[in-house]
Amino acid sequence: MNLYVLLKMVPDTVEELNVAADGKSLDTEFLRFKVSDPDEHALEQALILKEKHGGTVTVVALEAPEVDEVLFTALAKGADRALKITTDQTRLGAFAAAQVYAAFFKAGPGQITPETLILAGSQAIDDLEGELAAYLAETLGLPYLGVVCNVARANGKLIVLKEFAGGLRGQFEIGLPAVLGVQSAEKPPRYVPVAKVRAVMKSAKIETVEVGVSEPAVRLQLERLYKPEVAGRAQMLEGTPEEIAEKIVEVLAKQGIL
Amino acid sequence: MAKPILVLAEQHRGEIADITFEMLGAARAVAGATGAPVFALLLGSDAVPLTARLGAADKVFLVDTPTLDAPVPSAAATALKTVQEQAQADLVFIGCTNISLGIGPILATRTGLPLVNFCRALRVEGNALVCTSQLFGGKIAADVKLPDMRGIVCLYPGAFPAEAGRGDKPPAVEKVPLLVDPPKVIFKQYLQPETGDVDITKQSVLVGVGRGIQTQDNVQLAEELAQALGGAVCASRPVIDQGWLPLSRQVGKSGLSVKPRVYLAFGISGAPEHWEGIQNSQCIIAINTDSKAPIFDGAHYGAVADALEVLPVLIEKVKARKG
Ligand SMILES: Cc1cc2nc3c(=O)[nH]c(=O)nc-3n(C[C@H](O)[C@H](O)[C@H](O)COP(=O)(O)OP(=O)(O)OC[C@H]3O[C@@H](n4cnc5c(N)ncnc54)[C@H](O)[C@@H]3O)c2cc1C
Ligand SMILES: Nc1ncnc2c1ncn2[C@@H]1O[C@H](COP(=O)(O)O)[C@@H](O)[C@H]1O
Repeated sequence: MNLYVLLKMVPDTVEELNVAADGKSLDTEFLRFKVSDPDEHALEQALILKEKHGGTVTVVALEAPEVDEVLFTALAKGADRALKITTDQTRLGAFAAAQVYAAFFKAGPGQITPETLILAGSQAIDDLEGELAAYLAETLGLPYLGVVCNVARANGKLIVLKEFAGGLRGQFEIGLPAVLGVQSAEKPPRYVPVAKVRAVMKSAKIETVEVGVSEPAVRLQLERLYKPEVAGRAQMLEGTPEEIAEKIVEVLAKQGIL
Repeated sequence: MAKPILVLAEQHRGEIADITFEMLGAARAVAGATGAPVFALLLGSDAVPLTARLGAADKVFLVDTPTLDAPVPSAAATALKTVQEQAQADLVFIGCTNISLGIGPILATRTGLPLVNFCRALRVEGNALVCTSQLFGGKIAADVKLPDMRGIVCLYPGAFPAEAGRGDKPPAVEKVPLLVDPPKVIFKQYLQPETGDVDITKQSVLVGVGRGIQTQDNVQLAEELAQALGGAVCASRPVIDQGWLPLSRQVGKSGLSVKPRVYLAFGISGAPEHWEGIQNSQCIIAINTDSKAPIFDGAHYGAVADALEVLPVLIEKVKARKG
């Protein structure tokens, strides 16, 4: 199979997020980036499919802070090629990013073959415009499914599981080529030691690609970003862990649990 | 008169989902400010008897083609586009749910309308609709303007009151004959969730663990606490994805909705997708090292502390109390 995994960099929400002076973007000063969670699962699913059915795994990303390390890590995990599109992802919404990827897949190194399967993350934490996988599939005229949690291949077709609510899943059959939005892989993403990533950084290369979309159209009119005004706030239990535990016990007693 | 608002009603195997009433209520509120009619669209052959429940709409469009019984986004988008054009509705509401995920972007691609995701509040400003969305796991809000009230808005479950969207007078119904080509994504079957050893929806005490619990071994600590309290352990998605607990313990959008008397959340940030599953708990106690974690905005009690330091002491104290 001709497997493509689209990797997106998102701010690490463990760090505090602040809004920049323009009121429309995040202040990047203390921002740390990481690859979007579902994308790690998309990569894992692609690697599993390759192990079972052969083919190649190509990881693709747009230019973004700290993205090189993520691409090298993907190579260390077993991806065959890492491509970086020179368009800067910052401030591109999903719709514009999809236009860039559509150009990538219509021509150039990403040309669609009957064996192409594009795996994106199902939904990123900054998905203000909706899911790139759906935009991309529609633009390329390919079938799409999101919230995917398992992909297998049988008789030349894909058997795909999608999550609904309450643990319910649906089984679908999809022909190739196709675009899927992966929520979780059938197994936890594999771990790769830092030493191996370092070794790959020395031996392997990230290929850069230009696509002919100079000014992707931005459709949304963002007014402002801000910290949400919250309706309520928890009553805070302060103190040492010991004191906090004591206070929790009191709450549990008040609730009739103890 | 203002152009209609079209709500894609969500039904799953013959049941109208709450999000449908939430969207109808939100549409009525916007309509109250603009005078626009509110239309609903129901899809699928088993949707016929459901039209009567959508009394909050001025009219219900029904496409009862059996092809639409299967939950395939591109097919739903085809029907939605047909009705949207026929009704001249430039404002379309879709649910931010797993079942509807993807319909919006497909419709946006086909119509050129802008799309706003994760919407939790709406207000009319002159000729524009301003949508407030939550991003970054609930840590940042975004206001987006839809000029001339044109666009596709995906409404987050639980953000708008369902009561406002329930109406008992039967609405006018218009059947839309439409042949939808069999989609390229072929639905085969539903796979029922495995029933686990414990039904977390029936517990009065739940100890929830999130990524902050850090290792599989630490999950054992939570298990010990749950046992001491006579409850059960459940988890957020990352813990389940790691395989540290079975799927039957997942709480949230894709997992189960729970409503215990007490929900203790250890190392859970409180992302909207998790919050969806715990919002009906009577009392939520959250322990998190990050004082800015969104879980503290909805929990009843909170402590900024290391779960791994609190858990062992708490287990001892609970055991001592129980004697
Ligand atoms: C379509 C879709 C469906 C989804 N379905 C679900 C679902 O069903 N259920 C679900 O839960 N999520 C679901 N998610 C994922 C959801 O968006 C979040 O990613 C997830 O809930 C985050 O889990 P978390 O809070 O455990 O992890 P994180 O967001 O990473 O938070 C970890 C928290 O632990 C804290 N922490 C770290 N160390 C400690 C410590 N020592 N002591 C105390 N606190 C600590 C951190 O401050 C942080 O707040 C879904 C997402 C999508 C897109
Ligand atoms: N700028 C981007 N660069 C690379 N991949 C992206 C980008 N935007 C979206 N994607 C892919 O699309 C998925 C869904 O992102 P989103 O559409 O933002 O929810 C991500 O998980 C990636 O796989």
